[in-house]
Amino acid sequence: MDPAALPVVQGFLYPNEAELQWSILIVLYPFLTGLVAGAFILASLARVFNVHEVRPTYRLALLSALAFLIVAPLPLQLHLGHPERAFEMYLTPHTTSAMAMFGFVYLWYLLAVLLLEIWLDYRKSIVLWAREKTGLTRRFYKLLTLGVDDIGPEALDLDDRAGRFITIVGIPSAFLLHGYVGFIFGSIKANPWWSTPLMPVVFLFSAIVSGIALVLLVYMATSALRGKAVDMACLDTIGRYLLYAFLVDFAVETLDLAHRMYEADESFKSLDFMVRTKLYFSHIVVQIVLGMFVPIAILGLVQLVKLSERARRGLYAVAAALTLIGIFAMRWNVVIGGQLFSKSFLGYTTYKLELAHREGLGPAILLMLLPFLILWVLVKLFPPWEEEDEAISPVRAGRPS
Amino acid sequence: MNGPLRHARHLIRVAALFVGLFVVFLFAKAALVPKDFGLYGHYRPSALAANTTRELSYAGRAACVDCHSDVEESRKGSKHARIGCEACHGPLARHAADPGAQAPVKPDPRAFCLGCHAQNVARPATFKQVDAEHAQGEPCSTCHGPHAPEKGPKP
Repeated sequence: MDPAALPVVQGFLYPNEAELQWSILIVLYPFLTGLVAGAFILASLARVFNVHEVRPTYRLALLSALAFLIVAPLPLQLHLGHPERAFEMYLTPHTTSAMAMFGFVYLWYLLAVLLLEIWLDYRKSIVLWAREKTGLTRRFYKLLTLGVDDIGPEALDLDDRAGRFITIVGIPSAFLLHGYVGFIFGSIKANPWWSTPLMPVVFLFSAIVSGIALVLLVYMATSALRGKAVDMACLDTIGRYLLYAFLVDFAVETLDLAHRMYEADESFKSLDFMVRTKLYFSHIVVQIVLGMFVPIAILGLVQLVKLSERARRGLYAVAAALTLIGIFAMRWNVVIGGQLFSKSFLGYTTYKLELAHREGLGPAILLMLLPFLILWVLVKLFPPWEEEDEAISPVRAGRPS
Repeated sequence: MNGPLRHARHLIRVAALFVGLFVVFLFAKAALVPKDFGLYGHYRPSALAANTTRELSYAGRAACVDCHSDVEESRKGSKHARIGCEACHGPLARHAADPGAQAPVKPDPRAFCLGCHAQNVARPATFKQVDAEHAQGEPCSTCHGPHAPEKGPKP
């Protein structure tokens, strides 16, 4: 143990507990995968549940999910080192390792769900772009057509049906993707802060909340950048669904809390003390008050009071930003909080966040910016805007399916 | 292509692409996974034999004692008697083969000791521990010879 770590230790700790092994990068990983799953669920509202109002965000939500999914494994690889070995988990799969099996969940979601759905939805556009563009871009789109430029009504109808089927498969897959992240924590029976069968459900609903908030913000930001008016019906609907998801998330988290408090097992006093002291700011203030109560209050207010469009836009932006901060705090409190207390329940340590370190704040900020850079490239390559072609996307055009 | 699948050519191609990728993966797996992997469990048994071919770094205590029997003698009866020489002086296989080729590491006479003896609630109470004030900044070796700390400074 690094003797320098001792001043941050209080009470009794076992020797391996003074230093945290899972850093801010491990906080980022569930945060990023949560955004992916949530963005996909929002997209599925348009596709499967026929919520027509959210159609303007359908493609944007899918591209956001892809951008964040591409970055999601990077914090893990930076944390573990040796990214060149990551592929070995597919070559020699370790079937009894929950973490190793996540590689397959990730691959399934990336290849069989997200890429396929995006490809099917964009196929008509891709074929049209392959005809219109010149040079290298033309070749790029041509390659993506897989050599088939059939965009007749029968072929598009097939695309629509296949896309709808993939979305139907995609919803449980998105549940699996983020439920699995919760399972990885929830199944660690040695850690009472994590070990609860409710963990996958808590993670899942917080993921849906964060993904919806992300797409709402990205939609508002991209509309502002493009100088286009925001579709208020769309925004109001997303705001409403964000509120619904939040209420379920709140109920599940309260259930978890009630269960812990009533059960009050041998770890409870120690964890309760931690929440009241070391985690007070990040858990009570940021996660619960600012990240949950305030956005729920704002979103509820918008439902109850008749407000101007401008006011609603502002309130949605504030609520969504607070939601993202709150869900990030939730991931932080789970990952970091779970390592701050001793398994003896008699001591606590402190997490020292470095700035310029492989697992420090600097790389975490870069990793958080990277999905937006990827999204920018994706948006340039595959413009998701409604005016590009109303008829291009069968979902956005509101075709019966 | 005619018949009912004539408008599904793109879907057939994407399915073929997936099958193709899977076949490539199977070939890559066959080529990259060592043949004996999984023979006795989730590891490569020949890794053991491969490790024996690597150059040795540690000479082992017996090699040290061959020349430094006086140090061995001075450690007798001390709590440090059973600590391997190379635990403090670093791996010394090259030094054992040719004493001029490599010099033993001389650990810092304060920071190195604290690695084991800094006060820590997690250590057994019977284990010798010192707080920051104990030596008043002096090197530990001023009072405790590292080979036999109980016997006073190194003669």
